[in-house]
Amino acid sequence: MLVPAAFLLVFFVLPVGTILLTGLRPEGRVDLGALPGIIGDPVVARVAWFTLWQAAASTALTLLVGLPGAYVLARMDFPGRNLLRAAITVPFVLPTVVVGSAFLALLGPRSPLNTALVAVLGDAAPALDLRRTVTAILIAHVFFNYAVIVRTVGGLWSHLDPRLEEAARTLGASRWQVFREVSWPLVRPAVSSAAAIVFLFTFTSFGVVLILGGPARATLEVEIYRATVQLLDLPLASVLALLQLAAVTAALLVYGRLQRRATSQPLRSAASTARRVRTRGERAFLGANLLVVAVLLLLPLAVLVERSLATGAGYGFDHYAALFGPQRNTVLAIAPVDAIRNSVVYGLGATVVALVVGGCAAVAASRPGWPGRALDRALMLPLGTSAATVGFGFLLALARPPLDLRGSRLLIPAAQALIAVPFVVRTLLPVLRSIDQRLREAAATLGAPPRRVWREVDFPIVGRAAMAAAGFSFAIAVGEFGATVFLARGQTPTMPVAIFRLLGRPGVTNFGQAMAMATILMLVTAAAIALIDRLRVGQVGRF
Amino acid sequence: MSLSKRWTTPSARLRPLAAVLAATLVAVACGDADPAVEQPDAVEDETGPGDDTPPEDLPEQVTLVLVTHDSFDVEEEVLATFTEQTGVRVDIAPAGDAGATVNQAILTKDAPLGDVLFGVDNTFLSRALDEELFVAYESPALADVDPQFVLDEEHRVTPVDFGDVCLNYDRAWFEESDLEVPASLQDLTSETYAGLLTVMNPATSSPGLAFLLATVEEFGEDGYLDFWSDLRANDVLVTDGWSEAYYEEFSATGEGDRPLVVSYASSPPAEVYFADPQPDEPPTGVIEASCFRQVEFAGILQGTEHEDEARLLIDFLLSREFQENLPLTMFVFPVVTDAQLPEVFATHAVVPDDAYQLEPDAIGEGREEWIDGWTRTVIR
Repeated sequence: MLVPAAFLLVFFVLPVGTILLTGLRPEGRVDLGALPGIIGDPVVARVAWFTLWQAAASTALTLLVGLPGAYVLARMDFPGRNLLRAAITVPFVLPTVVVGSAFLALLGPRSPLNTALVAVLGDAAPALDLRRTVTAILIAHVFFNYAVIVRTVGGLWSHLDPRLEEAARTLGASRWQVFREVSWPLVRPAVSSAAAIVFLFTFTSFGVVLILGGPARATLEVEIYRATVQLLDLPLASVLALLQLAAVTAALLVYGRLQRRATSQPLRSAASTARRVRTRGERAFLGANLLVVAVLLLLPLAVLVERSLATGAGYGFDHYAALFGPQRNTVLAIAPVDAIRNSVVYGLGATVVALVVGGCAAVAASRPGWPGRALDRALMLPLGTSAATVGFGFLLALARPPLDLRGSRLLIPAAQALIAVPFVVRTLLPVLRSIDQRLREAAATLGAPPRRVWREVDFPIVGRAAMAAAGFSFAIAVGEFGATVFLARGQTPTMPVAIFRLLGRPGVTNFGQAMAMATILMLVTAAAIALIDRLRVGQVGRF
Repeated sequence: MSLSKRWTTPSARLRPLAAVLAATLVAVACGDADPAVEQPDAVEDETGPGDDTPPEDLPEQVTLVLVTHDSFDVEEEVLATFTEQTGVRVDIAPAGDAGATVNQAILTKDAPLGDVLFGVDNTFLSRALDEELFVAYESPALADVDPQFVLDEEHRVTPVDFGDVCLNYDRAWFEESDLEVPASLQDLTSETYAGLLTVMNPATSSPGLAFLLATVEEFGEDGYLDFWSDLRANDVLVTDGWSEAYYEEFSATGEGDRPLVVSYASSPPAEVYFADPQPDEPPTGVIEASCFRQVEFAGILQGTEHEDEARLLIDFLLSREFQENLPLTMFVFPVVTDAQLPEVFATHAVVPDDAYQLEPDAIGEGREEWIDGWTRTVIR
């Protein structure tokens, strides 16, 4: 309880509180005079409404596409499953500017879809151009958040005892009935958790909205960024940030109402629940899901790879050679090896922090009583808070002793972990709550002290879910480019920083090298996640 | 699957140990297993990436922090000469784009982020001066600087480089289409050029703001919105940032189909310099009648504890070595009159004689209002 609370206090409450107060106290005392004017502004109202409905629509769409995928990756055993689990997490680490570039190519008038339409229909084919539309935003949000559903829900799904479903089938229930009466109630808590995370992620969407939605569309996050970073209009930024916080808090309350206590149930080891695909129906279901993943997730990634290999004359590894070749010897020229190392080390650091903080918070939240629940909700808040607010808050609040952390390398993993912690909690909590209390009681009756009960009962069961959470935390940390942008980044540039630098310059070779760097970022992340996924902590199913 | 074998055997042996270790760590670190034991250190064992700091052979050595924007760059060797000459080391701290950098400096005035700030330009200068960010310093090296760049008589900031934001056009596209390249801003509103232009949002992009300021100067405060609404009617495309406009929409460099884009006067030489192999002619050209001049300044931040060393750094920014290094690292032009331009610049770069250039104070007064007007007219 102490560790997560202290972590939240130092790295979130303090910075955000400081910047909000600075904005609300322009004359040294709290002045809410500007509040009604800003909230009543029709432009603000329109932005708030757009933010809300696009987040709701994105969440619904992501659930629709992601839930079948979660089932397939949790319960069906097929060759390449682990690789695919790692691959779907890759979008999370890519800077939006790079993803935006791929989507603009895929949604524009010269997309493969339009090419196909022309081939079939000839001149009568409509030229679909989805660039700068809401549709483009929604598609990109599904692309980014698919993994959230698959990993959060799949983490629990893979532990459900298939015998429950088999028993129901034996008793004559149809597949649909089994799903509705048996599986759904058991996974529902994980589904609402995943939905909450996706909602918060999309509610604070920034790059996707700007690049794919065009400048005419803005979310609250975009307006807060403008007010904070571009205009330094802190009073306006504070009011908008309060509005955002209020909306996020309301969403979390709704989510809390949906989170009824999960029923405790016998959990099985993940390895024992996945089945080989047998029937034709299963094969078709698997095939359909693989097709979705291929089109929605792998195709945009393939575009980036293709661009990294495209040279003026055909294809080759020229851009990679240039990246690793002799660098121009300038202060900010980033050797790719350094960028890769920095990204990986920070990412691992953030993962450890997130696991410790999130693990503690999940344990606290799984116990009855309101403090744990409150902590759990509070830890979700950073997901729904503007990165500009947090980043500028860091600059203000952590500037003086005893907390002079600006420029400290510890700050970066901490800031990255801030975003990853809620995910760890959401992944672990449903599993922890499902642990049959009687197991603990039995262990205690047999004379095990609390710590031993935790070690022998809870920990092995949680291990697998913790690893799923770890892989994802790593991806979130490596891809986090919001708050950390405002922290020390000159000395230790990461891969996203390197990509930005390359894209900020004219010249065809710079663009190619940016795409090559993005491809390396994908490969490194996928490899790291695949390795983390392979690590097994504890054995489930010894009982 | 030899990899998986390698991976499971040792971990299988270590598994019980790892489980016990991790379980204990979590139980202890949470601070509720045993209130007497508190170990926040569990988190702080994490150190940052490999230690890049050079050995501390000079314990008394001063290190200056140069706060700057993301585009700042200089060759290692050039910066090393400064350290050799003065014994002062320099750490570079990039803080976002030019506007964000100035704003962070203002926000943290009471606990400055560094000793010297480089990269405040004439579009943000008045705000930085109003906030009294800088300590005045008149560098002797100013004697060699073209006086047109000295915009602050009190020398709270020192000019270091200048560059022009201009429309770039796709040479091949215009040759094929038999259209004349637009010769003025007014031309852009003609039917002939409908759907050809990409600009950036001035609220989020520094070149976007510069181009807006050019139109304010050309058409006046009363006329610039009419011009923009004509542009809107003429199907101007707005992107959020420069990269997207240049690499996605511009026909010469991106996949796009728009042969006119807001970029820099130094973009064509960069297109030559960063091509492999280098072409004889850049694929793009500059429309001189559209250029807005940006001058970048450096200043010593109030609150620095190393004012003397900071002055040395300002002098160094005006030295021949640094000035001649500017073009190929930051793609801007030196302000020192006798600095030699690199060949690719001498051959391909355009420096318009009469670029638009508003007074910093006028920009400071009008900027927010102009951006708001632009937003209402063009994208709402």
